[in-house]
Amino acid sequence: MTTTTPAPAPPTVTRRAERHQPSLARLTGVELRKLADTRAGYWLLITIGLVAAGIVTVQLFVLGEEQQNFADFLVPSLLPVGLLLPVLGILSITAEWSQRTALTTFTLVPRRERVVFAKLAAMVLAALGSVLVSLAVAAVATLLARATGGAGDWSFDGSMLLHAAVLQVVSVLMGAGFGLLLLNTPLAIVTYLLLPTLWSILGGMISALRGPARWLDTGVTMEPLFGPDVTAGQWARLAVSLLVWMVLPLAAGLVRTLRREVS
Amino acid sequence: MIEVDHLTKRYGPLPAVDDVSFRCEPGTVTGFLGPNGAGKSTTMRMICGLTPPTSGSATVAGLPYRQLGNPGREVGVLLDASAQHVGRTGREVLTVAASTMGVDRREVAAKLDLVGLTGPATKRRVRAYSLGMRQRLGLALALLGDPRVLILDEPANGLDPEGIFWMRGLLRDFADRGGTVLLSSHLLREVEAVADRLVVIGNGRVVAQGGKDELLAGAGTLVRARDQGALRVALDRAGLDADQVTDGLLVRAEAEAVGQAAADAGVALSELRPASGSGLEQLFLSLTSDAPTREDAR
Repeated sequence: MTTTTPAPAPPTVTRRAERHQPSLARLTGVELRKLADTRAGYWLLITIGLVAAGIVTVQLFVLGEEQQNFADFLVPSLLPVGLLLPVLGILSITAEWSQRTALTTFTLVPRRERVVFAKLAAMVLAALGSVLVSLAVAAVATLLARATGGAGDWSFDGSMLLHAAVLQVVSVLMGAGFGLLLLNTPLAIVTYLLLPTLWSILGGMISALRGPARWLDTGVTMEPLFGPDVTAGQWARLAVSLLVWMVLPLAAGLVRTLRREVS
Repeated sequence: MIEVDHLTKRYGPLPAVDDVSFRCEPGTVTGFLGPNGAGKSTTMRMICGLTPPTSGSATVAGLPYRQLGNPGREVGVLLDASAQHVGRTGREVLTVAASTMGVDRREVAAKLDLVGLTGPATKRRVRAYSLGMRQRLGLALALLGDPRVLILDEPANGLDPEGIFWMRGLLRDFADRGGTVLLSSHLLREVEAVADRLVVIGNGRVVAQGGKDELLAGAGTLVRARDQGALRVALDRAGLDADQVTDGLLVRAEAEAVGQAAADAGVALSELRPASGSGLEQLFLSLTSDAPTREDAR
């Protein structure tokens, strides 16, 4: 374990180029790498892929032959992936604190907001990547359906792709918001899964809450994104619910992360 | 170059760090000494911009840490070797840092080699690393950007004697080439062998600082006799203050005066020498033990 190699000479010449702060693109690349370079992250990504494939495989068996179309395969695969993506977002943030890597991360990049923005960018890319995986899985299933006598219709509304992308990006960012705000893995995951559900249940039970629930329950407001048509009113409700469940946690969480003592 | 200017950190009413000032010059190793909970780590975290100070400031290479564009290229920091993702391999930890700093990937292998992490060890996950291996990994991480300043918190923890000896050589060499080193320890002996300057902290305050030789000088004389009681009486009679230390009596006087006092009383000495290590040890203990340590003050 011991070497006699001399320590590297501390350079005496100023290296201007190396003094520049790392670009956001580079930091985003680093954060993308960090999503997959631990066992937990690696298996979470694999699981997301497997769940998408698994759901579509089930569809191949349960759907009637005339229903075995590209769009019919795509939509069901979005839901479970959309449930797991927030966990990815939460882990990316909270692991820095639970594993205490924040100490190294913020020592190398002391402008913490840059790390947070890079993490969010990496998550958005991962969410868009998941849509590509869903598309690929649905395409394979459609080919299989055609080969086994299913309808295998490729027709597909372009707006659905946009909605799917919005759905997954919003899901991962909501997770990130809870992670940033709570900075604790189990707490963030449980709160993320429980809070909107509790809100839905309360909205269902208490008539006075029924009105606000339609605007604030993400389970309701995100529903239209699974289809090709979203009305202006639905977009507005989605925006309001996201302001509460995504923008506010992200903003408050960013402030908390910037101020928190790292030890 | 590190400059710490009247740094203070309070947690509630408790000052964890109280008006600490010192400078670390290029070409020197500064030992930051103090018992556990004295405020060493808090001071170092404030220098590195991880803990906001209540008042005061610190600069590294002339700038507050948070204003350094690419700090990994200026300052190598090792604050806690255990603060690594246990699910990452040693090589991956360095690769991530190299990408962040924009350091050539080849440096990863070179630095792993430098700290003696080679072969299968680099491909194992940090979970399987011993504390000594984590310290080596942390040191490789600190050296990765070829910085001119090193800030290391208890880097010898968990290293075997051979590893400690190796690290001393590495730090000495780094400073001799013009680098600035600040390293903390709660063990005097560990720092004594490598440091040029010492900053001693107790209960959040700097209680002594200066060149090592300067602090060592005036530490007094160590004297031992088979009849310790008679020696003490002889010293008292000569008006010399003596403190009991582990290996004898520590007298705040020149060896000549102590020898004369013993001879006058007819006490046979078994040892008489200038107190070096034990003198500093005495200083260290007396300076830092007058109040209970606050391990939980953070």
